[in-house]
Formats: sequence, structure tokens, C-alpha cells
Amino acid sequence: MASYTLKINSKTYTVEADPKMPLLWAIRDLAGLTGTKYGCGIAQCGACTVHMGGQPVRSCSIPVSVAAGKDLTTIEGLSTDNTHPVQQAWIKEQVPQCGYCQSGQIMAATALLKKTPNPTDKDIDTAMQGHICRCGTYPRIRKAIKTASQIMNQKASAK
Amino acid sequence: METKNLTRRNFIKLSSLTGAALTIGFYFPAGAKAAEIMKTETADSLGVDLNAWISIDTNGKVTITNHRAEMGQGSFQSVPQIIAEELEVDLNDVRIIFAQGNNAKYGSQITGGSSTVRGTYKKLLHLSATAREMLIEAAAKKWNVAASECYAENGHVIHKPSGKKFHYGELVADAAKLTPPASVQLKDPKDYKILRKPVPRQDTPLKVNGTATFGLDKKLPGMLYAVVERNPRFQGKVKSFDDTETKKVPGVKHVIPVKMSVFNTFREGVAVVADSIWSAMQGRKVLKVEWDDSGFEHFSTEQLYARMNDDLKTKDGLSFRTKGNFAAALEKADKKIDATYETPYESHSCMEPVNCTAHYQGDKLEIWGPIQGPDWVQGLLSPLVGLPEEKIIVNMTFLGGGFGRKAFMDYPHEAAVISKAVNAPVQVVWTREDDTTQGPFRPGMVYQCSAGLKDGRISAYKAKLAGQNMDHQWPGAQKDSYNGSTTEGFLEPYFESIPHYSFSDLPLDVPIPVMWWRSVYASTNGFAFESFMDELAVQAGKDPLDFRRQHLGEERYQHLINRLEEVSGWKNRKKNEGYGVSITECFSSIVGEVVKVSKKADGKVKVDKVWAVMDCGWYVNPDIIRAQVEGSIVMALGAATVHATHFNDGKAIEQNFNTYKMPRITETPEIEVHVVDNEEKAGGVGEPGLPPFSAALTNAIFDLTGKRIRKLPFNLEEV
Repeated sequence: MASYTLKINSKTYTVEADPKMPLLWAIRDLAGLTGTKYGCGIAQCGACTVHMGGQPVRSCSIPVSVAAGKDLTTIEGLSTDNTHPVQQAWIKEQVPQCGYCQSGQIMAATALLKKTPNPTDKDIDTAMQGHICRCGTYPRIRKAIKTASQIMNQKASAK
Repeated sequence: METKNLTRRNFIKLSSLTGAALTIGFYFPAGAKAAEIMKTETADSLGVDLNAWISIDTNGKVTITNHRAEMGQGSFQSVPQIIAEELEVDLNDVRIIFAQGNNAKYGSQITGGSSTVRGTYKKLLHLSATAREMLIEAAAKKWNVAASECYAENGHVIHKPSGKKFHYGELVADAAKLTPPASVQLKDPKDYKILRKPVPRQDTPLKVNGTATFGLDKKLPGMLYAVVERNPRFQGKVKSFDDTETKKVPGVKHVIPVKMSVFNTFREGVAVVADSIWSAMQGRKVLKVEWDDSGFEHFSTEQLYARMNDDLKTKDGLSFRTKGNFAAALEKADKKIDATYETPYESHSCMEPVNCTAHYQGDKLEIWGPIQGPDWVQGLLSPLVGLPEEKIIVNMTFLGGGFGRKAFMDYPHEAAVISKAVNAPVQVVWTREDDTTQGPFRPGMVYQCSAGLKDGRISAYKAKLAGQNMDHQWPGAQKDSYNGSTTEGFLEPYFESIPHYSFSDLPLDVPIPVMWWRSVYASTNGFAFESFMDELAVQAGKDPLDFRRQHLGEERYQHLINRLEEVSGWKNRKKNEGYGVSITECFSSIVGEVVKVSKKADGKVKVDKVWAVMDCGWYVNPDIIRAQVEGSIVMALGAATVHATHFNDGKAIEQNFNTYKMPRITETPEIEVHVVDNEEKAGGVGEPGLPPFSAALTNAIFDLTGKRIRKLPFNLEEV
């Protein structure tokens, strides 16, 4: 066991953990942020996706020791009042069914749009193909990413 | 999202509706005796209870108790949408809570069989309209005017001539004293303000910011976490275990043998209980268990299918439904066609792995989890844990997928056993590997179909299916009883138009736990029946849509076929495109799907588009229906082309998403869903979109390539 400082959503958490403990469990059980989900534990499904240094990563496969000190963003860090354009787009297109995978989907989409504000279908495929949705919301995810892009562009031009 | 924090104190109880509930026969199956109980309860001086479904407090706030699970299918939205329409309240003013398990109060709460809307909507409409009329009557009395001069709108009763209005909250106490009206007038569907509108789901905001509470998100003070090393062979036992290394893992508190109820047997394992999930998982890694795997068969997939195929060749099967004389009619046929179809075992693989939190406290047991049938859990656990049902409190969280798996009660039982053994609240977490390998599974099936054609029509039809019968797993089951789902998926008018037919099944008796998997037997029957229908159309030299049209006389089916033909552009298809159609019926809904395929530059087949026409009769929310059909198609695409569970040496082989692969966004075609408007009885929505897909796909591939696929799954890359 060792002590680590986690910077999650601009807040600092000091946690006692086994260095090998995946970041996922540190976020969920030690920091108490349960929006990030366990799906497979082997970086196959994307349900646990968070941002580390602005990049989307699979928190189930990153040891807490590696994540310590880095800037981490979870679904709770986008906004708690659903004002983030990706959240707004997800609501507009009524994407979630069971909703379990959507935190990861949204984090991946957010990272994509940051890098590629006007993604093509191919860009979307590349960014999202690591994410499983058993409810099959893929057609709506594709639509919502395009909607989010529009919302972001509108906001940018309004400024 | 639980009822726990909602004390009775927050409710206004309205005793007068006891009679209405009884009149509509929904809450109290026992009849008058149960009504008495209700009246005693509503004498509670804290307030008055409208009924178990709707509560309006003195602030006019409406609380709706949702008795069904929310696992993605939208009952969180659809049940309140029904109630809000006739109660005349704004959905935004309504608070929705999940009911605890209580069969006496709610009737069956099982969320399965696509039954949430179709099983309850009429009663819900009447109940809501009754409440509305009583509020109107209460207002009319206060104003001393005729009730006919008043109407309800947006949580108020309004006196039309004067414009005076009362908020519902101001009326509940008076309405409580009234006798419910003997009958109420329901709205004409054309006057609906909330129903049939694509109203956004109320759970969506919670599911885009991480605040929706799923089973795994449940936390209790002092809660421990458990993972269980279960025998990978379904009927194996624990011979012994060595927990020396496990107990050295920091955080591990207990290591105990456990048994959980699985149909007519018990699944055995060893639970590692720790102060965190991670510690429990680490402890499990170094646990050494010796299994006793004697006394039962260690089967492989090959053996199972060989047996099913042998049975089909050598046995008649258990007769389910017959008409006329199949053999004699086949003799006279112009053409005879035979085909055998095969479908795989499948895992449900909900994105939220199976889990359950239990707190056994001696005189009561409380459970939280992603549970489809809370009242079933009470019923199963009562004798197993030795507590009366009312002392077992089952709280439904959001379900991260269900698909039938979470209607099964093994995991709540296991959680209860562990909590009792360690005397603490415990959350039992199934890893993805546990979830994928331990079942229950969708049963693998083999279908032997034969038919005769005469004058371009089906003159004789025979289907025999081989596979496990889910009902045969229960203790004391009659194993010579036929599979009641033998014809599930087959369109009802065929039974009229086909003069001679025979349906039978050959139950496979093996120790693999099997359970409902989205649309149950229809999910595989649909592939066989509708592939065979396509083969018959081809042999008859008919267009597959026309061939179906010819055999489906009823207007409702003709309408569906016409619509499908129109929206898919069936008649205008181009030469290098393959089109396939399939139509199935289950849970009282009819769904037709057309799949369009073409060849990529490298010559491989790709799925371009899917058109679906859903006729589910009376419906609530077209957008939820579209979403359910889209999802059903993607799930069917996975089962048709990507994943399957195989067995070897009595164990499931595929363990996680690296081998039990899932369809991805890249493989998902464009999907266009049309909902039929009619006044037929409400049918299911969550499942009926699944069964037609796989046959529509393989029929389209046949149309494009001439290659007939009769075994699922198949690799699209290899067609």
C-alpha cells in the first residue's frame, strides 16, 4: 500500500492503495466517483474511459501509481448539470438506453471532438470502435457526435 | 432511485381509491380481503393514499411508483407517460421511483416478455382517469358547481365558466373522501397530449453525467465486497480449498464456501470477501480450490449438436401443434423442400456485469441490485434464507442491461448467503469473465424443417426443433412436456393458410443453465422459420414479399408488408444489391425487416441498411420504440455474425469481450424504423424487433450471392 495524489476533475484526492490497483477502482471506490464504469477489466469495452492529460484512456488498465499526479477528468468533470455540448447532444438524440456504457462513450466522444471538431463518419468509427454498447445505441451515438459538433461550432461562433 | 428514503410520511394517502383498485382488479388478486388491508393502511393519520401507483401530496407533487425494472427499455418513461396522460399532469412535475418487490401490491413485477406496457396499460389508463375524475368531483363540490362544468389540465382542476382553478394538491384530502366513479371515459387516442409523442426519457439526464445509480454503484456503510470463484463446470462441487495466500492479501476479511440456487441444483464456489473489490479480486487470484467434478457429463459443443442432430433424425419429438395430415399432404406436393438450421448458445453479456448487494440482519434481509423481477427474488429467497417474503426487501437499481439474465435469482441468493455468513452488508461483484462463462445462456438450437409446395403455395409444413427446454430445469419439472414456445415467432395467419402442418420439439437434457435471452425462443425460431420461408418462396418461384403476402390474408399483415415494401424500396432494388425480408410475431407485436447488402470493393459482403416496420398496436412513445428496434437489430447482428458461446470439457470457453466479441459502431448499418399507427391491443416493444433480423440478413445474402446460410453465427468477412 502507498499513498497517491489523484487530481480528478480539478480536485485533489489522497488515496491509500496498492500501486497495481487499476485507476478505475481508485476512482470508483476511493474517490467515490461512480460515473466511471467497470465493464470488462481488459480494455476491450471502453466503459471505464476517462481522460488522462486530455487523452482518453481505459482506467481499468492503468495502475493508480501511473495515474498519480496527472490531470484526470471523469464524466462528473464534464458538467454535473448537463451543460457540456456532448451531454446536451446525448440528451437531444436520446442516446442512452440502459446507460451503463454511456459515460465511457461520452468521454471518448468528447476527446474526439476536442481534437477533431468536425468529425467524418470515419473519424467517428476510429474514435468509437473500442466502445461496446450492448443496447446497440451506435446509430444514435453517431448522430449525437455530429449534433455535439454543431453545438460546439455554434458556441464558438457566438463568441 | 430507490424507495428506501421515501417514507410514508411524504405521502398523502387517498383511501377512496381502494375500491377503484379493487374494481380494476390490479393490485389485490386476493379480492375483498386484500381490500380490507388497504383500508386499514389508509386509516393512517399521516395522510391518504391514492393507490400504489400514484401519490399526490398537498403541494400537488405527483409521485409515480414504477413497478417494473428499468434496464434500458424505457419503462422508466413509458409507465409514467401512460399515467400522466389520463391524470392530466405534466411529466416534468412527476417524480418517479422504483417500487420494491411486492407481488401482493403490484401483481407480477417481472420485467420480461416485453410485458411492461402491454400487460398493464389499460388498467393504468383507467386508474389514472379515475383519479382525475375524483379530483374534478372534489373541486366541483368545493365550488358547489356541476362536475361537468369542470375539467382537468396540467395538475389543476379548472371551472370552465368562471376560470377558477384548484391545484391538485388542494384537492387530495377532499377527493380522498369520495367514492370512486363506477366508470370513466378514456381519451380518444387522437386527443392524446403525452402518449404517442416522442417525449424525451426522464432517465436520460441521469445517464449522461454519471449520476444514475446502477447495482454496482450502491454503497452502504460498512459494506464489504465479494468475488466468488465458482466451479466452472455447472454442476461441480467444492472438494476443498486453500486460502493461505488469499488471507495474506491486504483487505481480505473472509474466505467462505458458498452455494447458490440455480434451478434444480446449486452452483458451488468459494467467496473472497474484502474491504474493496480490488482486494477481493487479488485474493481470488491466489485462492486454490479443488473441485469435485464427478457424477455429471463434461460435454462439448460438438457433442451437444451431434446429439440434437441425431435426435432430429431418429425421433418424432413432442407434438406441439398440428393440423391435417402432413405426411399425406407432402406426398401430393409438387415440390418437397428440406432444410436444417442451427443457432448457437449465447451469453447475455449485459454491460453491467451481474452483481448484487445484500444485507442480512437476522430478522430481515434487504437487497439492492439490477433486478428484473423483485417479487420473484422474494419468492425464491424466502424458503432458502428462512424469512417470510415481507421480511425480504428488494430494491431495484437501474439495470445496466438485463435482456432476461437479470430476471434470474441466483445472484441475489448468493449475495444473501454471503452477507449472512459474514454478518455484514456485502456487494457481490461478478467479473466480466464470471458473467460470460457462468450462464444462464440462450440455448443452442437445431431446426429441421420440411415442406411441400403445391400450385405455388405451401401445402404441407413441418418444423421440429431440438434444444434445451428452459422449463425442464425447475425442480420436479415434467421432462416429457413439450416446449410451449415451439411456434413462437411464427406468424399467426400461417396457421390458417397452411392446410397441413406439424410442430414438435426434442428437448435436450444437459446440465447447462439456460434462460430467457431477449425475445427468448423467438430469437432463434425466427431465423429458422423465416429462412425456410425464403427458401420456399425461391422454390415456388415467387418474390419473397409476394409469397408471404399470398399466405398472410389478414389486413394487418397485408398492411405491414405493403409498408415494408414501400419504405425499403423493395421493388426498385438495383442489380448489385441483395435484399432480404423476414417477418416475425412475438409478444403480440409483428415486426417486418428488410436488409440490404452489397459487395465492397474487395468482394466481401457489407450490410448497407435495415428497414424495420413495427406493429405493436396501441403504443406509448414512438422514439422509445425506434430505439428498442434499433438496439434489437444490433443485438441480433451480434448473435448472427460475431459471437457465440462454446463449451469444452463441461465449461464455457469464451470468457471476455476479446473472444466473446461484440458488434461495434463500425459494423452497425443505417437503421430506419417505422411504427404502425393502429388501435390494435398493445404489444411488446423491447424484444419483437430482434427475431426477424438474422433471417432478413441471410436472405439478403442469398439474394446477392446465391449462398444460403443455415448456421449462425457466420463471419460476414467469409461469405
